[in-house]
Amino acid sequence: MTLSTFRNVFFSALFIAISFVGYASENPENENGKEFNAKEMIMHHVKDAHEYHPFDWNGKPVTIALPIILWTDQGLVTFMSSEFHHDDSGTQIVERDGARFVKYHEKIYQLDASSQEIVFDEAHYPANASLPLDFSITRNVFMMWVSVIVLLLIFLTSAKVYKKSNNKVPTGIAGFTEPLIVFVRDEIAKPMIGDYKYKKYMPYLLTIFFFIWINNIFGLIPFLNGANVSGNIAFTLTLAAFTFIITTISGNKNYWKHIFWMPGVPVPMKIFLMPIEIVGMFVKPISLTIRLFANITAGHIIILSLMALIFIFESIAVAPVSVAFSLFILLIEIVVTAIQAYIFTVLSALYIGMATEEEH
Amino acid sequence: MDLITPGLGLVFWTVITFLFLLIVLKKFAWKPILGAVSDREDGIKTALASAENARKEMENLHADNERILKEARAEREALLKDARDIKNKLIDDAKGEAQAQADKIIVQAQAAIESEKKAAMAELKKHVADLSIDIAEKVVRAELSNKDKQIQLVESMLGEAKLN
Repeated sequence: MTLSTFRNVFFSALFIAISFVGYASENPENENGKEFNAKEMIMHHVKDAHEYHPFDWNGKPVTIALPIILWTDQGLVTFMSSEFHHDDSGTQIVERDGARFVKYHEKIYQLDASSQEIVFDEAHYPANASLPLDFSITRNVFMMWVSVIVLLLIFLTSAKVYKKSNNKVPTGIAGFTEPLIVFVRDEIAKPMIGDYKYKKYMPYLLTIFFFIWINNIFGLIPFLNGANVSGNIAFTLTLAAFTFIITTISGNKNYWKHIFWMPGVPVPMKIFLMPIEIVGMFVKPISLTIRLFANITAGHIIILSLMALIFIFESIAVAPVSVAFSLFILLIEIVVTAIQAYIFTVLSALYIGMATEEEH
Repeated sequence: MDLITPGLGLVFWTVITFLFLLIVLKKFAWKPILGAVSDREDGIKTALASAENARKEMENLHADNERILKEARAEREALLKDARDIKNKLIDDAKGEAQAQADKIIVQAQAAIESEKKAAMAELKKHVADLSIDIAEKVVRAELSNKDKQIQLVESMLGEAKLN
């Protein structure tokens, strides 16, 4: 979409919206009287959940129950999320092995042994419950696995193409994936790491690139309903930690020298630079974590906020504006999916390149 | 605050999932694909290099051909020249020999003619002598009846014989 067509669409939408504002303000209150809470809705979509809830049908939520796996002081406890009956306020109690569990704000609490129901303190935190270690297959884990299946389908099929055709000509899906793989190799790995050393890191770089990208894309598909895997800080932190570990393991003498005893500067400067470099070592993965998390989450929040405008104004007249805006943001986000995957991979490659750089 | 607190469960599952994905893709996707791509690139490189070599070889061959052709042409010229010389020499030789032969034949013919002439002359002289004797006989027979006439005749005949 060019800028001028976007402008046309935008102003037409604005005009329609303004002409309906009078009509909209006369509308009565929400039917079921429940106040629409945009923040709650957005946070619900952006954050992780214990069940997969694609849509409502006739006012009832249609969900896929996911297994809940808890490590409590009594050992491993597992049950299906459906046992909470979509309750998220802590009233539905599930009993397993003598322990009682409730779900409150998408967190599983274990009630203290004596209590029969959850009690909240002034700050609305459960007062008589503790948090067991939660290894549940949450919505994000579920969507991550779906993305893994899709990735495996795409790339194993691509790999098969080369096995079949003896002249190694990329046909079918390989014609799509090969340029991307060659792009990662020629534009990311080779220039960042160096001509011969890059080969060792190719599998890692390719995997994070496509893993992040496909999860970014999945986050944008509306009916997958908030598969915000790459916008979850746990996910980005883990991938950044992998980059950090690889960087640290492959760091050569030259790299450590640059951190602890910077060559080519006077001794006081060396001492001054050492803590900065040490902090920098950790800032790199942290920046990776936050960049991907913030970009993807921000995109989701913007789109959802624009959609929430319809419900805040309680008017269908706002819909064209909301839809036009979120379409625009969505188009930007489609670019962002690739850009963020690219940036994460480039920076990972850059850090690895810095760690493996030879003295010059 | 929940939003920026990494959940342990998701970290755990991400580690496991990512490692699984990395290992599977590395073994079954990246290795064959990157291998195929680099094989193809190497193939293209070798093909280009061999094409260049072939081109150079062709050039060399062309130059060789040119040289060989030149040599062949020169050789042909030389051969033709030799042939012409031989031909000329042959003709000259033949001419000389023919001349010599002809000269020899002529000389022989002349000699033969000379000898024939001499023989013929001798024959003629003999005939003339015979004829003269016959005539003389006849004349003598006729004339010898008269003494004066006999003497006269002998004298005139002798005078004639001296003339011959």
